[in-house]
Amino acid sequence: MKLNGAQILINSLESEDVEYVFGYPGGAVLHIYDALETQDAVKHILVRHEQGATHAADGYARTSGKPGVVLVTSGPGITNAVTGIATAHMDSIPMVVISGQVPSPLIGGDAFQEVDAVGITRSCVKHNFLVKDIKDIAETVKRAFHIATTGRPGPVLIDIPKDITIAQMTAEAYPETVDIRSYKPTVKASSRQIKKAAQLIAKSKRPILYSGGGSVIGNASKELREFTRLLNFPITQTLMGLGAYPGTDELSVGMLGMHGNYEANMAMHGSDCVVAIGARFDDRITGNLEKFCPTAKIIHIDIDPSSISKNVVADVPIVGQVGQVLSELIDELKDVKLTDISQWWAQINDWRSVDSLTYKRSEGVIKPQTVIEALYEVTKGEAIVTSDVGQHQMWAAQYYQFDEPRRWINSGGLGTMGFGLPAAMGAKLADPDRDVACVTGEGSIQMMLQELSTMLQYSTPVKIVCLNNGYLGMVRQWQEFFYEKRYAMSYMDALPDFVKLTESYGHVGIRVEKEADLKPALIEAFAQKDKTVFLDILTDPTENVFPMIPAGGGHSDMLLAGRDDMVSKNKTDFNAV
Amino acid sequence: MRHIISILLENEAGALSRVSGLFSARGFNIESLTVAQTNDPGLSRMTIVSSGSDRVIEQIVKQLNKLIDVVKVIDLTDQDHVERELMLIKVCVNKKDELEVKQLVDIFSCKIVDVSDRTYTIEIAGKTRKLNAFLNALDFAIVMEVSRTGVTGISRGRTVI
Ligand SMILES: Cc1cc2nc3c(=O)[nH]c(=O)nc-3n(C[C@H](O)[C@H](O)[C@H](O)COP(=O)(O)OP(=O)(O)OC[C@H]3O[C@@H](n4cnc5c(N)ncnc54)[C@H](O)[C@@H]3O)c2cc1C
Ligand SMILES: Cc1ncc(C[n+]2csc(CCOP(=O)(O)OP(=O)(O)O)c2C)c(N)n1
Ligand SMILES: [Mg+2]
Repeated sequence: MKLNGAQILINSLESEDVEYVFGYPGGAVLHIYDALETQDAVKHILVRHEQGATHAADGYARTSGKPGVVLVTSGPGITNAVTGIATAHMDSIPMVVISGQVPSPLIGGDAFQEVDAVGITRSCVKHNFLVKDIKDIAETVKRAFHIATTGRPGPVLIDIPKDITIAQMTAEAYPETVDIRSYKPTVKASSRQIKKAAQLIAKSKRPILYSGGGSVIGNASKELREFTRLLNFPITQTLMGLGAYPGTDELSVGMLGMHGNYEANMAMHGSDCVVAIGARFDDRITGNLEKFCPTAKIIHIDIDPSSISKNVVADVPIVGQVGQVLSELIDELKDVKLTDISQWWAQINDWRSVDSLTYKRSEGVIKPQTVIEALYEVTKGEAIVTSDVGQHQMWAAQYYQFDEPRRWINSGGLGTMGFGLPAAMGAKLADPDRDVACVTGEGSIQMMLQELSTMLQYSTPVKIVCLNNGYLGMVRQWQEFFYEKRYAMSYMDALPDFVKLTESYGHVGIRVEKEADLKPALIEAFAQKDKTVFLDILTDPTENVFPMIPAGGGHSDMLLAGRDDMVSKNKTDFNAV
Repeated sequence: MRHIISILLENEAGALSRVSGLFSARGFNIESLTVAQTNDPGLSRMTIVSSGSDRVIEQIVKQLNKLIDVVKVIDLTDQDHVERELMLIKVCVNKKDELEVKQLVDIFSCKIVDVSDRTYTIEIAGKTRKLNAFLNALDFAIVMEVSRTGVTGISRGRTVI
């Protein structure tokens, strides 16, 4: 039987068990859309903007662990998708993006809607392909999925010229295996390094586990829990790692970094042995590198050798899958006598008692932190929470306790405003029975609002929790602290009436102005199971995110809420502990 | 420190730009870059001369390895190796310079490969240092044009990349 390139492409997606393609049509992909129309294995979600397609596919991927798939046309289709591709790339999310290209003979001639998609995306994909022959389509799709999902995952782009989608050839079976001589992502961790790490761990007096996105991406939650409990070590998690280890567990000291907990940052600062588990020592974590973990030996577990010793030199580098490495470490350590760390725990509990996440409630204004606490209560901590970027993102991370992985979905590496709403739609498609909340700000939500329309078309009910502080709050906070309160362009006048706006999209809108109405509104919203509800919650415009490590600071230089002075409670002599 | 990094990569359109793009995107320095097909037509060999601290060079090697098209990377600096560069120089020769230029060509054991009315084109191959020395020895005023290939290298003995 003869098939055209478009049909071969769609069959290949079917062979990869693709459930959803998020996309938007255009000239260069019309044959592909035609091929989609005549089958029903692969469902297509028609977004309202290609950036929305990439974020929705990304949210789907983060929730399900399966790669997200995107289909866009050439030219403006692919350029619109770039932000979402870069977002997925920074957070190591598996994604396959198919972009149409102008017909092969026209490439390079400034044809209508031509852009060099491979060139434009090169620095924000794990790999990309330009398909030059119909015979290569199936093999390329196979490779793309393999590359996107193995090793350190990431987005892969396949650019397909239009003529190749209409060319015909006799159908062949989809390749079962793939072998790329220059890409061998499976690595077995060095047992010598594992032994060295185990020795260091066993004799450390002030240890801390620092787990990141790799524990979520690598589905290593089970091993992480076993490892942490075996050792009885304190564990801190990055913004990307939240939930791999339960946030409510007593060994958890919360998030670390710029807006991390006091106890987490102080423990990093005072530690003699930091075990980094699928985390990449981002500058939002380390702050000033010269002040970072001054007394610690660093053990670093990562699948990507280039993450190791990139920012912070590792004393014991371990290249491997988080889950596998932790299992081996568990075997190595389960019969070993560990050093008594009760004094270290006493010190940590002392830091805990500072209670760095307390905030002052005030009459007549809703505190954003209260909203997240109420959201946590109403959803019993079981919702998937996506977020946009800004203060609301930090509050969601700090005040919603995540006890399971893949429940907290946000753009950490690129920090893409607009991510939250389409990501929530993707999450809902991946896990339709679970409540999905999108925590957002009045600034961020306006970057991808159009996806409300898609959400009506495909009935993906999510609850939008908009912390409307009337400001680009995170920008305003920096201006308050570091630019002598000159609030340049962080105030947006003429906000829309979000309730009416949502209603016009066919959803439900609720405005909350008083704290007394907050919980009832949330309960009402979540009771409407099959409705998307926009909660426009007016929150304190002056509230700031604390703790905060200002630029140039180290982990012991934190600004805490309600205090003017920089807290440097690091008077303790760590070596004495 | 100066390092010579040798890379085997798939001989595919775009592979070169992946490597050069990596260097510019990450702010790594490139002193020279040469690339051509190897005895296996499916593979190209690229030689990059870069400089940086040990940590920077370590990152360069790791990041290169991460590129899907890259089959193998080695830092030749670490091993016994041969390195060569080729340079073509066009000089303008008046009667009075002629002898001196010919003497220099002899001393540096290079060749005059083209002669025209009052110009010589000289070919010289060797280590970068030798090429620089030759260039310095020539009277600056007579040099019209210089074209250098950049360094290529290979390890000594039976070791292969
Ligand atoms: C406004 C704002 C404020 C922020 N403030 C903070 C903050 O206070 N604290 C904070 O933590 N972050 C903060 N971030 C996020 C920050 O920018 C980084 O995105 C984040 O710290 C990176 O997390 P990570 O180290 O876990 O790495 P990720 O980006 O999640 O990377 C995962 C690492 O794990 C590795 N890996 C992947 N899979 C595996 C596997 N199977 N096995 C082994 N290794 C694997 C990868 O190679 C990579 O090195 C903030 C972001 C924004 C937008
Ligand atoms: C696309 C994009 N543009 C600009 C920024 C810079 N930025 C980070 S946070 C922020 C303000 C976000 O405002 P809002 O969504 O209202 O959230 P708030 O901080 O008020 O909670 C801005 C502009 C960004 N992260 N992403
Ligand atoms: Mg705001």
